[in-house]
Amino acid sequence: MNVHVRSLVLAVVVVSTVLALTTFAIWFERKFAGRMQSRLGPTRVGPVGLLQPVADAFKLMQKESIRPANADWALFNLAPLLAAVCALGAAAVVPLAPGLAAADVDLGVLFVLAIGAVTVLPVFIAGWSSNNKFALLGGMRAIAQSISYEVPLLLAALVPIILSGSMNLSEIVRQQAEGHWIAVWPFFLGIPAFAIFLLAMLAESNRIPFDIPEAESELVAGVTTEYTGMKFALFYLAEYAHTLIASALGAALFLGGWDGPFGPGLHWLLLKTFVLFGSVYWVRWTLLRFRSDQLLRICWTWLVPAGVVLVMGAGAWVAWGPLP
Amino acid sequence: MQVQTITRRVDPHLAIDLYDPEAELLLLHFGPQHPSTHGVFRMDLYLDGEIVVKVVPYVGYLHRAVEKLCEKLTYAQITPVVDKNDYVAPMTNEQAINMAFEALLGIEVPRRARWIRTIFAEMQRIASHLLWLGTFALDMGGALGGGSTVFLHCFRERELILDLFEDVTGARFHYNTHTVGGNRHDIPAGWSAKVKAALDVIASRLPEYASMTLENRIFIERTRGVGILDGELALELGVTGPILRASGVDHDLRRDAPFHAYDEVKVNVVTRSAGDCLARAQVRLGEIEESIRLVRAMIDGIPEGIINAGRPIKQPAQFKIPAGQVYVGIETPRGELGTYVIADGTANAHRLKIRPPSLHALSALPHILPGATVSDAVVILGSLDPIMGEADR
Repeated sequence: MNVHVRSLVLAVVVVSTVLALTTFAIWFERKFAGRMQSRLGPTRVGPVGLLQPVADAFKLMQKESIRPANADWALFNLAPLLAAVCALGAAAVVPLAPGLAAADVDLGVLFVLAIGAVTVLPVFIAGWSSNNKFALLGGMRAIAQSISYEVPLLLAALVPIILSGSMNLSEIVRQQAEGHWIAVWPFFLGIPAFAIFLLAMLAESNRIPFDIPEAESELVAGVTTEYTGMKFALFYLAEYAHTLIASALGAALFLGGWDGPFGPGLHWLLLKTFVLFGSVYWVRWTLLRFRSDQLLRICWTWLVPAGVVLVMGAGAWVAWGPLP
Repeated sequence: MQVQTITRRVDPHLAIDLYDPEAELLLLHFGPQHPSTHGVFRMDLYLDGEIVVKVVPYVGYLHRAVEKLCEKLTYAQITPVVDKNDYVAPMTNEQAINMAFEALLGIEVPRRARWIRTIFAEMQRIASHLLWLGTFALDMGGALGGGSTVFLHCFRERELILDLFEDVTGARFHYNTHTVGGNRHDIPAGWSAKVKAALDVIASRLPEYASMTLENRIFIERTRGVGILDGELALELGVTGPILRASGVDHDLRRDAPFHAYDEVKVNVVTRSAGDCLARAQVRLGEIEESIRLVRAMIDGIPEGIINAGRPIKQPAQFKIPAGQVYVGIETPRGELGTYVIADGTANAHRLKIRPPSLHALSALPHILPGATVSDAVVILGSLDPIMGEADR
């Protein structure tokens, strides 16, 4: 098959899969949160409320799209699109099964991290172009937070890269499938790096306890204050897709991706992704929110030094450690 | 209580002149349609980055002319109106207003009615503090996060108390159960067993709340040292209740000027000296425990007898109060709720003034907010537990 056709088909498949999974993830989270709060969660639309996210999407489509009078219309409209594209773009390189990824890029990890770094842009554009003080404050916070947490995220991702000697995600997963998952061996490097990755991921995807750019009790709805209807839905979608893809990435980098007992396959990746995703939401519905200065202090005084030590440790392990 | 010397302080509204005039400040209209202003409170925040430099609070968005309304209504009609003042603790509102009329008329409330009032007041305190804890967590954890988990758990327990009130009065809110001279509804058979069962449930879940709030690292980080109000300033501003006790002032009208049946039981006053948001949370959670203890101690000892000094069931639609004036202050969950009545011998009050504890608590904002961040501003406002229905009246 022509390689371009193949890429196109895979891209369509991956994007629609991620969108469908995101819909499922929204239902999953709402049920999960409901149980944690001794309520039932959605029950009315579809069996056990499964179609609730669809109903929500239709509701949002029907809403009038309002733009504040003095907002910058071009940027105001661009921001939600950009947010959705950035969030979905990262899905391209996630290895789904042996030999199957929408794009088998040699610099896959770099690509994902670069896309992740761009996601702050639509958030700030939204904050700036809304011409709203709450949104602007949210945008300012988002910049400070994302740029800070980019560093530990990168350092944590460097550990599997160094250990496997490749930046190709498929290659990293293949090596783990043949040898050990990185979180299992060498666990003294893998588990701390995984922990840092998870924390930075929480911060990057603006989840509690790091959701200060949105912080709806302080900044009304932060950067999305002025957004309605489908534009808001795109932000919402981007947020969930981002968390989902970051979970998949964590599973690929540290937990062996599609590898698992009884033969490899997509189901193992999905299972691991949803376990990570669930843990993100467990944290979200349990903890309160940090203040922005405390958030940055945690990043720069704990996560970054720890990440540096881990990267040095990974280098030492590769240089002098026992052969795998 | 000893007399406090009042020292003149710099008006915080003017203190902005001390700030660098070259700095560009961002004026943020915070409320009245903001989710965390506990109703329709508004404050104008002048921000330097995220730091609050100056704050100007505005009250009055929920002004309903209750005091004027009370002057137009007859004494018997007032009770359901003042129910709506502090809509989180309606029981104590009606108690306060009826105690003022009773004082003017010189009516001795039967002992049974006083015990029931005390139990109602303490149960209302539990319900009110639970709601406060929930909304305070919402302020810090968001409606889409851990905050809402605490919030819903608190509401679950508050329901138990509202159900118990419903058993007695037929209403979950705005009970209209107090009348001049006593109570309108006697407690039904088997009610005290239900109360004890509900209190057991709440008491067993208190450690759960503590683990999600007072013992939670993030909660401590967010509240410790935030919004410190010192005791002297608090007294000067007329701040009362848990906020004052968290600032190290051992003052509680239940013990210092006993009303209802508080002279027959021992009230342990919970105090903290730090004066920050954490101390306020500790005091309120401590008061829930203390209220549970008080209700448990009293529920079995309710004396037999009549519940109303006047006609037991129905009140005359209109009665007159001889000319005179009186001030009655009681300890509500939010502090000293005062009622000042000037009667002129007719069936209507000449002047009726309500002193809401929330308004005085809000008056501390210009003193404690500057220097905090926007995030802290929400926490500090929440820690004051303002109810705008009573602040604006």
